[in-house]
Amino acid sequence: MRITRIAAAAGGIAVAAALVLSGCSSDNGGNNNGGGSASTGVVNVAWGEPENPLIPANTNEVNGGQVLNNMFAGLVYYKADGSWDYDAAESIESDDYINWTIKLKADQTFSDGTPVTADSFVKAWQWAASNPDLLNQWWFIDAIAFEGGTYDGGEDTLALDVVDDTTFTVKLAQPRADFPVALGYTVFFPLPESFFDDPDAFGDAPVGNGPYKLSEDGWVHGESLNLVPNESYTGPRKAQNGGLNFIVYATQDAAYADLLSDNVDVIDTVPTSALETYKDDLGDRAVEQGSAVFQSFTMNYNLEHFGNDDEGKLRRAAISHAINRAEITDVIFQGTRQPAEDFTSPVIAGFDPEGIEGSDVMEYDVDKAKELWAQADTINPWSGTFQLAYNADGGHQEWVDATVNSIKNALGIDAVGLPYPDFAGLRTEVNDRTIKAAFRTGWQFDFPSQANILGALYVTGAGSNDADYSNANFDKLFREGLAAPTQEEQSELFNEAQGQLFEDLPAIPLWYGSVTAGYSSLVDNVEYGWDSWPILYNVTKSE
Amino acid sequence: MIWYIIRRLLQGIPVFFGSTFIIFSMVFAMPGNPVLRMFGDRTPSPEQIAALEAKFHLDQPFLSRYFLYLGDVLQGNLGTTYAGQSVNEILARTFPTTLRLALLAVVIQLGIGVLAGLIAGLRKGGVFDNASLVITLLIISMPVFVFAFVAQWLFGIQLGWARPTVGPGAPWSDLLLPAIVLAGLNLAYVLRLTRASVIETSQNDFVRMAYGKGLTRGRVIPVHILRNSMIPVTTNIAADFGILIVGATVTEGIFNVPGVGNELFKAINRHDTPEIVSIVTILVIVYVLVNIAIDLLYGVLDPRIRYVK
Amino acid sequence: MSSKNPVRRAPRFVAEVDEGGLGAVDAVRVSDRKSNLWLDAWRDLRSRWMFWISAVIILFIVFVAIFPGVFTSVPPNDNCILSVQTQAQAEEFGVPVGTRISNHGPLPGHPLGFTKQGCDVFSRIVHGTGTSLSVGIIVTVLVAIMGIVLGAFAGYFGGWLDSFLMRIGDIFFAIPYILAAVVIMSMFLHDRNIWIISLAIGFFAWPSTARILRSEVLRVKQLDFVTASEAIGLSKFRTMFTHVMPNSIAPVIIISTVGLAGAITAEATLSFLGVGLPNNIFMSWGNDISAAQTSLRTAPQTLIYPSIALSLTVLAFIMLGETVRDALDPKARATR
Repeated sequence: MRITRIAAAAGGIAVAAALVLSGCSSDNGGNNNGGGSASTGVVNVAWGEPENPLIPANTNEVNGGQVLNNMFAGLVYYKADGSWDYDAAESIESDDYINWTIKLKADQTFSDGTPVTADSFVKAWQWAASNPDLLNQWWFIDAIAFEGGTYDGGEDTLALDVVDDTTFTVKLAQPRADFPVALGYTVFFPLPESFFDDPDAFGDAPVGNGPYKLSEDGWVHGESLNLVPNESYTGPRKAQNGGLNFIVYATQDAAYADLLSDNVDVIDTVPTSALETYKDDLGDRAVEQGSAVFQSFTMNYNLEHFGNDDEGKLRRAAISHAINRAEITDVIFQGTRQPAEDFTSPVIAGFDPEGIEGSDVMEYDVDKAKELWAQADTINPWSGTFQLAYNADGGHQEWVDATVNSIKNALGIDAVGLPYPDFAGLRTEVNDRTIKAAFRTGWQFDFPSQANILGALYVTGAGSNDADYSNANFDKLFREGLAAPTQEEQSELFNEAQGQLFEDLPAIPLWYGSVTAGYSSLVDNVEYGWDSWPILYNVTKSE
Repeated sequence: MIWYIIRRLLQGIPVFFGSTFIIFSMVFAMPGNPVLRMFGDRTPSPEQIAALEAKFHLDQPFLSRYFLYLGDVLQGNLGTTYAGQSVNEILARTFPTTLRLALLAVVIQLGIGVLAGLIAGLRKGGVFDNASLVITLLIISMPVFVFAFVAQWLFGIQLGWARPTVGPGAPWSDLLLPAIVLAGLNLAYVLRLTRASVIETSQNDFVRMAYGKGLTRGRVIPVHILRNSMIPVTTNIAADFGILIVGATVTEGIFNVPGVGNELFKAINRHDTPEIVSIVTILVIVYVLVNIAIDLLYGVLDPRIRYVK
Repeated sequence: MSSKNPVRRAPRFVAEVDEGGLGAVDAVRVSDRKSNLWLDAWRDLRSRWMFWISAVIILFIVFVAIFPGVFTSVPPNDNCILSVQTQAQAEEFGVPVGTRISNHGPLPGHPLGFTKQGCDVFSRIVHGTGTSLSVGIIVTVLVAIMGIVLGAFAGYFGGWLDSFLMRIGDIFFAIPYILAAVVIMSMFLHDRNIWIISLAIGFFAWPSTARILRSEVLRVKQLDFVTASEAIGLSKFRTMFTHVMPNSIAPVIIISTVGLAGAITAEATLSFLGVGLPNNIFMSWGNDISAAQTSLRTAPQTLIYPSIALSLTVLAFIMLGETVRDALDPKARATR
């Protein structure tokens, strides 16, 4: 899960910043870029100070991820529509979806001139998996752990073998057909030898194998980060501009104000305060499209009246029927969210809510909600207030208020939002299972596959299974789907698994996210990907 | 005089320990584990939580964490943030900007507030007095974020007189708009205090005496009235200097000023103990120094106040 | 001034009063009305129109705060709908099915229109009066008491007590109230209320009042009547309470009335930063103003009306502070 800027506490008011003075010097650097059709302007990108050093295995939020994505080339990369293609890899193959052979393209180098070899990947992954104080360490355990590998990590957690300079093999704990899709995610980027000499220095000035490299000015903390095209990169994502200048903004409002005056070229989020007007402000430079973000709220099964029994099931379904998703997305989000119809996302392959049994529980139906609630009351009468917890520092208040009002009006019960001052406070109670309320949850896809969200949130004992949901049927269907050889077969099994989720409602799906963004009048060819990020290497800007 | 300064400086030592201790305990008292925040909506494994808690000394008891921090500070190291950045560097980067912003705001307060207060006080009940009352009222009745948004929207976007946000290197010209917003709130206090003080002073015998001696208004007003009216105003501005730096949080956020207030708010959200304690401690020190300067200024403004011992 | 106290009689250090010539001039006119600083102030206040206007507004606001039900029967938090969904609702609001109520302008029975959540703006303002006013008053009283007592002690007694109190003040003052508020509001997460938020705002705001009072005390204690009071044998405490404090308090009263406005807006700012009172349980102008900022351009009524309510309250308190200050200052009275 990447921490979106909305989810992260920094959402309201945060980092301090300004454009960097030295922006001009990288303009000159851009002139040296010899690409024929490529433009030479340096693109200014609204950004936030990353919270962690720029190390792939330790970066789990949008700002650091966006930079790393442009500085590194993984084995595969994602196109705007969520399909994938090879980047550093030549082929990724397997007969049984357990034993995988990965071949790299020949003669690739990092921007410091050292070669990209099988070792660059294997050593990076082993290092990441054996350090539990890295934020993404869990990833290796979840995604490619060897059978019997433990969360403590260690050299033996991953079954990786180097065959020759450009070939290595991976053995997985369980068969998964979507393994190549996952490999485009940030954590699987390779690391050069220099990294292991001094990881701290690397985190401040990373050396990658991607389309861009750090400029001489590099990363000026709290102000900006400058990238220039990396000439040694030969892959498919060639830079079409003279460089990227990531500028730190304290707020989305500040970035938006600068976009209107062309001081910044690309933003990835329009602030809430401008949602009603941004299309008029920007005209055809306004962007609105679906993104792989799933929003929900969750009730742990230890919450009174919502336990794993008949009463709990009835009440969960009643709550789901009581939320007018269409109205809330329309009025509160100005149509920038899509009402949820399943537990995944419409931009991820396999999306087919029609094909799922029981998806009508997502429909707004006051009578049905009242009826189910009354049935539950006959088992155990309702008492108290329905509370929906959220972190007040993330801009969630409006939709939470609208959601509890919808529940209150439909069911005639007392329902209120419960703001926690900060994200840490909320997550601590969720993690300790001491929270006595429903709480907001969300998921931004790490890689474009339904397995990403279903596996992380609802499988018994899964890392982010905050509801403590456990259903043998779901687990079985999920594992079968994971190993299914074709997309069709996988979708069918995953849909069946989602049918089980609709019956139990471990979380109440709310809506899917959208990219609401825009770009300045100085740039062209701006496209936003399935992951809501602008595809920066394609952006052109003349000087 | 010199002994007075030394004594005040020595008093700064317990203030330093007192404030670090209080702030440290406050941050300690904040519920919520900062480690969990780092993972977003994802729940980390117990091993990961333990590893990160150990990394940031979060697993240690309160006093040992406090002394660990204090030990670092006494060696001139204000600690590192959870993100691995040096707090020294962060402060060196953000503090000058905030200081400039605060100075600009003080100049505006002194320039406009004292002048307007003086006129209002001298022409009590006149048109200017009433107009300034209404305008300051309008400003103080607006929460700072509303005032900031209105100013940004009106002057930055609609009229285009200033950049809506602070640009590269935070030049003085860009800081003007946020400084006006920042000054605006206290402007009302300064104006009203000056006015009240001027009215009071002008009724003193020495003012009547000065006029009686045949001195012109041009001499009486600045020398006799203004100087003697400045004591409460000076105190207020000094007291406000701390607010300017800290209270800049909201304004700095809206105008994207790369300053301390902004950084502090971010640190509070992250529960970043070393960063919060260091920033606030520096603020306390600045505040103590400014107050010493102000107390010395009293003596200059009012010769009757003398520092003995 | 202490003539009403017959026990304490100032001994005469100078020659006996001349029973002949000046006696008649010096004689106390017993038939005159009793007089002291506050009584004089009250007599003065009674004759000012500004006092009456502000008093009437404040009394009205207090009345609204105590009896919101008199002014509106619409609940502030219930029946908030984003749009009209059913025929019953359509009849209730007098608009066709499908109409957006969110940010809608005035409708019959809803004179000021609706908030983004579709709640009645007028009703929320009326019901929010109590919260905002209570926070303002509690904070102001808290700050004034702490500031006056500590500032007077520091300024009048001086020495180590002065240094000690002022250094404590420095510490408290330098701690940003945002930090204090986040900590206090997090600690009392599940029972946040008016008292807690007032404490969060006020507990760290007293040093500025204390400093103002201290500097004023420093000035006043140099004046002749203080020396006189001590010379005739009044204890230090008594001198401080009867002579120094009343004569130093005028700036504090101005600061306090403006501070009351500040407290109400501070509450709003805390809401803006996400650490205010939970908006679903407590109606407050601050909450409403901060919630309205996303609709600033499209539905300004949601921002303007609570702001007007806030400004009006602030205006009333400042006007009161002005008149009280003038009344408390005998010199200002004499030359008015």
